[in-house]
Amino acid sequence: MSDLVNNDTGRRAPARQTLIRAVLRNPLGAAASFVILCVVLIAILAPLIAPQDPTAVQIFKVNAPWDAEFLLGGDGSGRDILSRLIFGARNTLLGALIVVGVSSTLGVAAGLIGGYYAGRADTVFSWVADGLMALPAIIVLLAFHQVLGSSIYYSMAVFGILLTPGFFRLTRNLVASVRNELYIDAARVSGLSDSRIIFRHVLKTVRPPLVIQVSIVAGIAIIIQAGLEFLGLGDSQVPTWGGMLQDGFANLYVAPEAVWWPGLAISLTVASFVLLANAVRDTLQQNQPTGRKLAVDPSPVSQDGDAADSADIILSVRDLAVGYPDGDRWREVVRDVSFNVRRGEILGIVGESGSGKSQTAFAILGLLASGGTVLRGSIRFEGRDVTKLDFAARHALRGSQIAYVPQEPMSNLDPSFKIGFQLMEPMRTVLGLSKAQARARALELLGHVGLPNPLRTFNAYPHQISGGMAQRVLIAGAISCNPKLLIADEPTTALDVTVQAEILKLLRNLQSELGMSVIMVTHNFGVVADLCDRVAVMQQGRIVEINAAGTLFATPEQDYTKMLLSCVLEDSPVRAYVAPTAGGGN
Amino acid sequence: MTTAPLLTCENLNVSFGSHHVLKDASIDIRPGETVGLVGESGSGKTTIGRAILGIGPVTSGRIVFDGQDITGVAPRNRTGDAARIQAVFQDPYSSLNPAMTVEETLIEPMVYRGLYAPVDAKARVRDLLDQVALPADAAHRYPREFSGGQRQRVAIARALALSPRLVICDEPVSALDLSTQARVMDLFIDIQNRTGVAYLFVSHDLAVVRHISHRVAVMRSGEIVEFGNCDQVTSNPKHPYTQRLLLAAPVADPARQALRREAFERLSAAS
Repeated sequence: MSDLVNNDTGRRAPARQTLIRAVLRNPLGAAASFVILCVVLIAILAPLIAPQDPTAVQIFKVNAPWDAEFLLGGDGSGRDILSRLIFGARNTLLGALIVVGVSSTLGVAAGLIGGYYAGRADTVFSWVADGLMALPAIIVLLAFHQVLGSSIYYSMAVFGILLTPGFFRLTRNLVASVRNELYIDAARVSGLSDSRIIFRHVLKTVRPPLVIQVSIVAGIAIIIQAGLEFLGLGDSQVPTWGGMLQDGFANLYVAPEAVWWPGLAISLTVASFVLLANAVRDTLQQNQPTGRKLAVDPSPVSQDGDAADSADIILSVRDLAVGYPDGDRWREVVRDVSFNVRRGEILGIVGESGSGKSQTAFAILGLLASGGTVLRGSIRFEGRDVTKLDFAARHALRGSQIAYVPQEPMSNLDPSFKIGFQLMEPMRTVLGLSKAQARARALELLGHVGLPNPLRTFNAYPHQISGGMAQRVLIAGAISCNPKLLIADEPTTALDVTVQAEILKLLRNLQSELGMSVIMVTHNFGVVADLCDRVAVMQQGRIVEINAAGTLFATPEQDYTKMLLSCVLEDSPVRAYVAPTAGGGN
Repeated sequence: MTTAPLLTCENLNVSFGSHHVLKDASIDIRPGETVGLVGESGSGKTTIGRAILGIGPVTSGRIVFDGQDITGVAPRNRTGDAARIQAVFQDPYSSLNPAMTVEETLIEPMVYRGLYAPVDAKARVRDLLDQVALPADAAHRYPREFSGGQRQRVAIARALALSPRLVICDEPVSALDLSTQARVMDLFIDIQNRTGVAYLFVSHDLAVVRHISHRVAVMRSGEIVEFGNCDQVTSNPKHPYTQRLLLAAPVADPARQALRREAFERLSAAS
């Protein structure tokens, strides 16, 4: 079932769209790529398209305005600005290429090795990277220029080395984050060598962020190169954008336009590289939800005809529909869901992933993930429709009347605070207890949920306790305000089976002791059979069957319920071992 | 019936620093047999699997596969039949490289190991997908286009690509929905019946292990506390811990579960 559902969403996603095509579909990405392509073509074809020799001097054209021969005018030495601009593109791109080539080759190689093997290589590379980052780039470049001579390309190679740490750190962190993925283990089990794993599996997955880094570094390189040339470094015979900037600057009062052209060329090219990086980043993050607001159809006034107001019923959900924005329409994850919870009753909501069981629970709590909205229907808690309440009233209700126990106990405790503090804080704000009162109550609760040494747990940090203990702490927090309704979302799924049995026992005891109602969301029919009075079975956002637990397990009515129950592996016949005849293998 | 074991682990010990996570563990697996390995988190069951695969450390002890000592030999250095130990991992979302198509994933080990020319490997992909009941057009799709159950089928196909004699299955159905889980389990059994491959089936779920295993080993804190025939271990366990484990898992029948709960609480009170 879930096979089909997920498959559907999979097909809608832009499946085989390559990164390049996606970037070009982005208007800014397309414009930036176009500018960069033009600059590259101009640089390659410079001798063919330049109208003049860039080094030829015409004495009458010194600081001359534009004319038919010198389309952008002449510079301070009487050379054609347009031709110099065209040839300057060569030098600029070559410089950027050297920087990107040197820094990415060294940085990515070191990052792959350091990230994959960790240990000593990583330590040494990190030291070198730290050292390089501590060097003042401009001073190093000026010093090397004195030693290496006039070619700007040497300086660019040195600058590339100085930028290596950026690539190293990025690659290393990306690799470290995928190193422990199971597909790397699977590749090792297949017998692949380390170098093959690094190049085929690791590099392939970490490539996209590196593309962004390349584009940004290219932009930085062009700026630094222009800056160095502006300071007068580099070969004065070679036309460069930075050199032209300097020339224009020197003649600023005579020919103010001359400074525009190289400035424009530098800005446009650098901006294009940065915008291209942004476009690549946006494309990679494309699948994240847009912030667009969708209109909700006004919900029809809910009919209160049925016995929703009966004093025995604490929660009444009617025709509930929950949706998330999907493009320009709503994707409904819960629809036409109606059920009641009686006082002191444990209702189980059971279903597979994507059945909408958790979304139903979150809708009751008012804790739907961002974008999630109750589209239709009503949720009446003690006769009040909570969907009509404002945020503050909802929040107050959650703190005092409706409590919640989550699936992952560990991720719901803040690792940087002691458990006692995390228990006391809500009691002090919601119930208004003093510090001493809250402390006494917290210790009492910790004892109540069966922790053997409440004081020790009170003073512990979350990492010092086990998952089962953490879940007891969260249950203690949930019952701290004597809730009338407890909503537990897969509270034992992350726990070991013996711990699960203890937590179920605790929930059962607390429920009968405090007389609260419980909604138990789970995928496990065993948990339902153990704990619940009534059961709702959900499939694709709908309730397919709701019945008393004994009846539902003994005589399920719907085919879907029957199918699910038949999948429960229990007391299946044991397989008899027969040695393969052909000596094994295939 | 005495069949020579395909794999033997003798007194395996593994320590991570001062943590002794595997203590004198010994198991054996016969050709075509499924040995279930049950235990709770931190019991060391995954550590045994990784030691056998050669991707985890072994502090002392011996692992012998088909007469060859493979203790501590990395998979890339395993030759001959020792290369025919493969794995299916728990998390179908992280066990497939998101940047590779299904075909690339399946072809790579076959070509790299020199078992097939690229052309033949491509032809075999269709056969592998067929074996795990995936459509042929799955070959050119990326992992993100598949559901959890389908991804796990791709992972099984990858394990089958090298014609394994033993597959280490590390919680392969734990992340799957109930109905998907049942179908993937049936696939495992079906493949075993057809090819005679042996499984070491690691799981925390005794019911799952009972469904597929011929023999079952129960682990606790790095030790194997009980190892015997599936029926005996899962219906009539001798070790108190196995009894606890068996009774702790709730069954999908309120009346029977109430009885089991009482039995579990009696056992907990007694210990």
